[in-house]
Amino acid sequence: MRSYKFILLTIVLMLVLAACGGRSSQKDQVEVFSWWTGGGEAAGLDAMIEVFKAEYPDIEFVNAAVAGGAGTNARAVLAGRLQANNPPDSWQGHAGQELIGTYVAANQLEPLNFLYEEEGWLAVMPPTLIPLMSEGGNIYSVPVNIHRANVLWYNPSVLTANGISVPTTLSEWYAAMDTLKANGMEAPLALGEQWTAMHLFETVLLASLGTNAYNGLWDGSTSWSSPQVTTALQDFQKLLTYTNSDASALSWQDAAQLVINGDAAFNVMGDWAEGFFREIGSVPMQGYGWAPTPGTGGNFQFLSDSFVLPRNAPHRDAAIAWLKVAGSKAGQDAFNPVKGSIPARNDADRSLYGEYLLSAMNDWASNTVVGSLTHGVVANDSWKSEIDTALGLFLNNGNIAAFQAALAAACSASGPCQ
Amino acid sequence: MRATVMQRKNWLYLPLLAMTIFYLIPLFIMLNTGFKSFAEIDLKTMWQLPREFSTDNFAAAYRALAPHLWNSVKLVIPAALISSALGSLNGYVLAKWKFPGADIIFPVILFGMFIPYQSILIPLVSFMDQIGLYGSLGGLILTHVIYGIPITTLTFRNYYATIPGELIEAAKIDGATMLGVYRHILLPISIPAFVVVLIWQFTAAWNDFLFAVVLTNNANWPITVALNNMAGSQIIAWNVQMAGSFLAALPTLLVYVLLGRYFLRGLMSGALKG
Amino acid sequence: MRLKSEKWLNILLVSPSIIAVLIFVYGFILWSVRVSLSQWKGLMPDYTWAGLQNYRDLFNDPRFHIDIRNTIIFTTLFVGGCLVIGIFLAILLDQGLRGETFFRNLFLFPMAISFIVTGVVWRWLMNPALGGRISGFNLLFDSLGLDFLINRWYTVPNWGMAAIALPAIWQMSGYTMALYLGGLRAIPESLREAARMDGANEWQIYTNIIFPLLRPITLSALIILGHISLKVFDLIVAVAGKQLPLDVPAIYMWQTTFDGNFYGRGAAIGILLLLSVAILVVPYIRYTTRTETEQ
Repeated sequence: MRSYKFILLTIVLMLVLAACGGRSSQKDQVEVFSWWTGGGEAAGLDAMIEVFKAEYPDIEFVNAAVAGGAGTNARAVLAGRLQANNPPDSWQGHAGQELIGTYVAANQLEPLNFLYEEEGWLAVMPPTLIPLMSEGGNIYSVPVNIHRANVLWYNPSVLTANGISVPTTLSEWYAAMDTLKANGMEAPLALGEQWTAMHLFETVLLASLGTNAYNGLWDGSTSWSSPQVTTALQDFQKLLTYTNSDASALSWQDAAQLVINGDAAFNVMGDWAEGFFREIGSVPMQGYGWAPTPGTGGNFQFLSDSFVLPRNAPHRDAAIAWLKVAGSKAGQDAFNPVKGSIPARNDADRSLYGEYLLSAMNDWASNTVVGSLTHGVVANDSWKSEIDTALGLFLNNGNIAAFQAALAAACSASGPCQ
Repeated sequence: MRATVMQRKNWLYLPLLAMTIFYLIPLFIMLNTGFKSFAEIDLKTMWQLPREFSTDNFAAAYRALAPHLWNSVKLVIPAALISSALGSLNGYVLAKWKFPGADIIFPVILFGMFIPYQSILIPLVSFMDQIGLYGSLGGLILTHVIYGIPITTLTFRNYYATIPGELIEAAKIDGATMLGVYRHILLPISIPAFVVVLIWQFTAAWNDFLFAVVLTNNANWPITVALNNMAGSQIIAWNVQMAGSFLAALPTLLVYVLLGRYFLRGLMSGALKG
Repeated sequence: MRLKSEKWLNILLVSPSIIAVLIFVYGFILWSVRVSLSQWKGLMPDYTWAGLQNYRDLFNDPRFHIDIRNTIIFTTLFVGGCLVIGIFLAILLDQGLRGETFFRNLFLFPMAISFIVTGVVWRWLMNPALGGRISGFNLLFDSLGLDFLINRWYTVPNWGMAAIALPAIWQMSGYTMALYLGGLRAIPESLREAARMDGANEWQIYTNIIFPLLRPITLSALIILGHISLKVFDLIVAVAGKQLPLDVPAIYMWQTTFDGNFYGRGAAIGILLLLSVAILVVPYIRYTTRTETEQ
């Protein structure tokens, strides 16, 4: 008899577990999905949530951040939820094709032109930014911050000691690194794991091709099989000869640290590196200096974290309220100083930002805005992942012809080249 | 006589000590880094002891992890208990009551052990969402219970297979029912197998990250997810991370230290032997 | 009468498990098979029939070739390493040394820790930098004068995967030792005594008597280690990040599905993984059920 109780207990336990899971919330709420779970970005999100709570005290903010893998885990969860038709009220994504190619293509997002008009955002955001976030004239996300991808970080004392001035073109850069090598520096250009190679690659494409041809790569007007691209790939290959042989073992921080330590002179990384430099106690213009990646002066290769409005948001009005805060001056000035990025708006309170960020703001307002590949602006996810594989193979075998063929094939299979 | 045997065997400690060092090195690096300040962290100096031992990192890590510690406990205990109980019942039925089809059912269950979990995340999330368990600890517990069934069933079945059939026949002749046999004969001698399975499932559920990250929401994150969250995507404080890693591993380490003897005894007594 | 109701009780007892496994294992596998035969690329399901196209593409995919090569390297070294170290340690500990319990627990403990936790430590230990930035094991070897051991670890071209087997062996060799130790303890002392009487030396006792008796344990260790190595994912991501020279099918599947939205291709990789596991496991299951019936 006792044994039946045992089994009964097991069954009851399972039922209780099943009952634990019910959702219940009557209060108006907004569930916002992101991968900002740690460090400066989580602190920035918290600061922006405070602004939201002050403005909309009646809406409960549900922070549905998913950890790990620089967003890959979050994307897996989001995909599962959208396919189960259970979307959050808003989610984070890189502005541009990463959102458009995946979510707009699947008809999951509402255009936000009405919000831009109501809130007057078109007047305070750079006109060259808007087309990069739009598809067919519709704007699909609200950018909260802007990071710059084409930044050359250098070690000022290493350059001075070797009598080198900051290079502004690719050939100056090669010459500088040849000098450094001749003076005994093994690897003047610090490189990290595979994605940082893609990051370097996109800045080289921009430098070698120029603004128009670079933009043409992404709309199909520049052929990936053209001799210009071959030259760009050769430039990339030449740059790789200056890099450290243990690149694949280093995180981007490890690589950036090589510059601070003087083991390398240069590193190409997005401007979140500046937050890292400060964190380890380095001083701007003494421990590290910055310039546009050689050959890309006058271009601001950007990436942006942005929020969207899903078509069937469970709490549409609350979601719009969140987007208003995300696009507002108050929201952006709360988020960005903490995260270490600049606002997408050009009317920010400049007193909140440090030396580097102020220089980035000036460039953001005056430069030509182009999009980043690695960080989701110019190519959709499928295309980017094919480029990533082609790049990985190239880093392995150094075969330019095969690399170029694979890039052309990727554009045909997943990009605009038909 | 005995002394010479001992002397003859003393050289055996050499390889044992070498292996001991090999097994302890990662733990040493973890703790050593955990006691350092952020500025002191450099790959070049990883073997050097910290200039000053500071427990700040452990305190900081504890603050970040503590809220999720309880979630892990709430998750691991039912997950381990239920899957062990189910495994025990399955093992009993499959080992001792060969009803028609039992020989097919065992491999069918066992095969579940081998699926790559990354490939079934999408249907898993959809399924949990449909039954209303998405985001909750309940859904995660259910997942661990179900994917634990193959290994627990295998363990108990092999364990019970070593118990002589005559024992059960005798009990049946005495009028014991099927469940009576289980309750009075098998359950009391199942402790070693239970220890093995409980430790196995405890470890698996405690250390799991993949299921936890896709199935739970913030309020229900277990400790592994919280640990992962301590690292920003941009700046990683390795010293705090290492301290946190050590704290997160403590419960499983404790379980192994406290129950290690029984675990080995269970392993040796035939469980998990296939 | 009683027998009949007990038969139903039997089935009742196992049915929750069976139903759960049918849904969570076989239902999901069927779903994957269907997806792998579709053109699904993009966020939302697209079950348009594609036949075996995804599979054919994979067999012509240079990345997948690297994956297969890496899996073979890793599996061979990991399984081989665990078995050799496991049996070696088990024989050592079987000699009745003092402190046996301590060593046993020590060798088993890595199994308790997840790679989410130790991955970074191994990444540091196996740092491949040479010259002025030397660190990790290389630095240790350097200061101990063991320069010939200094190597590039997981960045060695083509063979980098071999280095990844090291942390995996660190984690699972203790467990293999426990299995073997259990097997050794189960061999009656009388057998060895009898062999000694017959004039066999210790080496002959091991090769002629003990190793053959341990064969079933080797087999089950092979299965458990083998399926771990075919599914390896966390370990590589934690130690080396996602990079092509260390790519394996599980990582390719994850990236192509969730980073690239190639659901059809991802499912095809999953099914191929499962098939390769099945090739390993099904004969084992048949073997165990057959030997039991013989008993």
